[in-house]
Amino acid sequence: MIPELGHFSLVIAGVLSLFTALVGLSGSRNSLLQRSVVSMTVGQFALTLLSFSALVWSFATDDFSVAYVANNSNSLMPWYYKVSATWGAHEGSFLLWILITSGWMLALCLRGHQYPTSFFTKVLGIMALLNLGFICFSLFTSNPFLRLIPMTPVDGADLNPLLQDFGLIVHPPLLYMGYVGLAVPFAFAVAGLLEGQVDSAWARWSRTWTNMAWAFLTAGITLGSWWAYYELGWGGWWFWDPVENASFMPWLAATALVHSLSVTEKRGTFKSWTLLLAITGFSFSLLGAFIVRSGVLTSVHSFAVDPERGMYILIFLALVVGGSLTLYALRAGQNSTQVAYSFLSREFFMLINNLILIVALAVVLWGTMAPIGYEAVTGGRISIGTPFFNRFFVPLGLVLAIALAVLPLLNWKRTKAEALRPAGISLLIAAVFAVLIWFVLDPTSVVVATAVGLGAWVVISHGADLYKRLRKGTTLPMAYVGMTLAHVGFSVCMIGIAITATQSEESDVRMAPQGSVMLAGQRVTFLGVVEVQGPNYSAQQGVFLVEPESTGSYELRAEKRRYFAGNNVMTEAGIQAGLLADTYVSLGEPLADGAWAVRLHYKPLVRWVWLGALLMALGGIIAIFDRRYRSLRVRDTKVIGAVAQS
Amino acid sequence: MNPKRKQRLYLTVFLLLVSAGVTGLLILVSGENMNMFYPPADVVAGKIPPEQKVRAGGMVLDGSVVRSETSLAVEFQLTDHKGAVFPVAYSGILPDLFREGQGILVEGEMDAQGVFQAEEVLAKHDENYMPPELLDIDMQAKPNAYKAMPSIDPRAAKGDAL
Repeated sequence: MIPELGHFSLVIAGVLSLFTALVGLSGSRNSLLQRSVVSMTVGQFALTLLSFSALVWSFATDDFSVAYVANNSNSLMPWYYKVSATWGAHEGSFLLWILITSGWMLALCLRGHQYPTSFFTKVLGIMALLNLGFICFSLFTSNPFLRLIPMTPVDGADLNPLLQDFGLIVHPPLLYMGYVGLAVPFAFAVAGLLEGQVDSAWARWSRTWTNMAWAFLTAGITLGSWWAYYELGWGGWWFWDPVENASFMPWLAATALVHSLSVTEKRGTFKSWTLLLAITGFSFSLLGAFIVRSGVLTSVHSFAVDPERGMYILIFLALVVGGSLTLYALRAGQNSTQVAYSFLSREFFMLINNLILIVALAVVLWGTMAPIGYEAVTGGRISIGTPFFNRFFVPLGLVLAIALAVLPLLNWKRTKAEALRPAGISLLIAAVFAVLIWFVLDPTSVVVATAVGLGAWVVISHGADLYKRLRKGTTLPMAYVGMTLAHVGFSVCMIGIAITATQSEESDVRMAPQGSVMLAGQRVTFLGVVEVQGPNYSAQQGVFLVEPESTGSYELRAEKRRYFAGNNVMTEAGIQAGLLADTYVSLGEPLADGAWAVRLHYKPLVRWVWLGALLMALGGIIAIFDRRYRSLRVRDTKVIGAVAQS
Repeated sequence: MNPKRKQRLYLTVFLLLVSAGVTGLLILVSGENMNMFYPPADVVAGKIPPEQKVRAGGMVLDGSVVRSETSLAVEFQLTDHKGAVFPVAYSGILPDLFREGQGILVEGEMDAQGVFQAEEVLAKHDENYMPPELLDIDMQAKPNAYKAMPSIDPRAAKGDAL
């Protein structure tokens, strides 16, 4: 019964979203109709929540008559993995996607009174139209509630062991908050175009939502990278894998949008560009969904064999992109305002920032799509490796850092060249620091020293600006605090990447029991292997003793697990995490005489990569609490009415 | 031409130049960092150019895996089960699912003796997983096996959850 309840709730939610879209986009001025949009949105959320809960219930109660549950769960799994298995595979994760879309719509309703009614109903209408597309996709191509009756299996096939992990409980919801969150600025852009009102106030409304979505996306990607680091057993944290790229592309577009919106808000310019970015950001969310869910990655052939899902998303993507771009082409020109600014101005540097981010986006897009395109055209297969991405991202990151370091000194419109003198001083300090680092760490790579120096420059110049403001005694606006934090986060991340990518030590060695090897000045001794039992797996646990030169020694335990249900083997790394460096051990395979192949890594500053990214996300959230977003007022006070009261 | 138009013209020319430059670089750099894939038949036919990094793949031939007694060196043979077999040498940790009969990918160079010197061996974390490059080979070998094969490797599994 419960799964059917979930199925029907989803159907009704789809019907409601259809009506929400029709009423919202009809542009009706009837206040009853306008209010109904809000109530239907609330209803839609309640129904999708019910539907999602029904699926969670089916997992929690081991209802293996539901095909999706039978394929992705097992009675031996601990309860929390049973619950998180709900979004462990395609069908359920898409239901989560729908729930989150409805959640964003509900959140919009909570702030609805701050926007003009006709604009707001259009925003909800667009969101509902998107959600209708998602719900139909779920119902027609990926229904998670299908039953296996009467052939009900006795037990489930188990969730992929890699996904039985804390990281995978949290990672998808966060990432989806970001993916779908980008639908809000998209809806704002389309509604703004429909209403013909794209101005500073519009940009201010959009910023709150864009920042939120961006922060979630940042946190989601970071968590995914951290998960890959400790769970895949390869010790890497980014693989330029198409699945990762699928989330990185909307992030790049959203980052450009966050910056371009600030120009539109403060200076009333860059409007058309901002609109285009808002459309681009969400389009890349959808493209990511296509890449990941269509099977096109496995093989163009497998896409051709079972094209249903892929074709659906592709057509949906074409409609969304085609529709919004047509509207853009028709309407965007009307909003143009000419605002002059010189080369030495914040506007111009924002332009540089956006240019870099868009080039970066083009690089990732090319690197991801070229192998797929090549296969589709020639039938042959190619892979594009990490060096391709690094060749572009190293210089792009460095140039971005330069722009970032100068930024605090720049005014809007124009800046006198003399005003940049402090940047010269801070550059000098950073350069001295970089040279020191160069001599201490790595006398071979100029690029690393440059990255560290530029990172330090960004931190120093932002710090100096902060100090100057604090001494003046002015209170710091939250937007400023958020920006500073995010920029410092960028440098922390960049320094982390530069150091960990070049200074890591890694070796694959054969280790006999009681044998030891040196790793970055630490003696690592292999004590042997013990058998341990988990709830749904048995494991061989390798015990290692690590003795650093100075501080005390510690033990690391790395496991090789065999899961009962699917007989899958999985590696669980042993990691000693530290702010300055990680020591990472994972088991390879057993060799003769009790010896094992062992993978040893010493990774300095690897935590900085994620720490920096989390600082960026935090900065984005803090900026939302700026006063000027709180004291929002509707431009047209006459239309407050309906929505506010409902 | 009025100044506004002139400004727009400059901007357009600038953007065109940038996009042309970026596109050129993308093609150039991806050409340099592109690894072609070769199925066993092509490897045996000597189609792999010498001293060039490529990918090859096939099924690990039963009974072909020979491990060194003292180091992590290992040698094995890859086949398409249709007569093409070639030797691979590798030193390092093999993936969890490396075993005889399993479809795997190797990345590296062909040496003068006709041994594929692998720098990387890729086989993913699922019993039923087949590296995408090998699907075609396997499809020809066992036409019916294809549909039953869930495509779950760790990244794709991660992808499912994404």
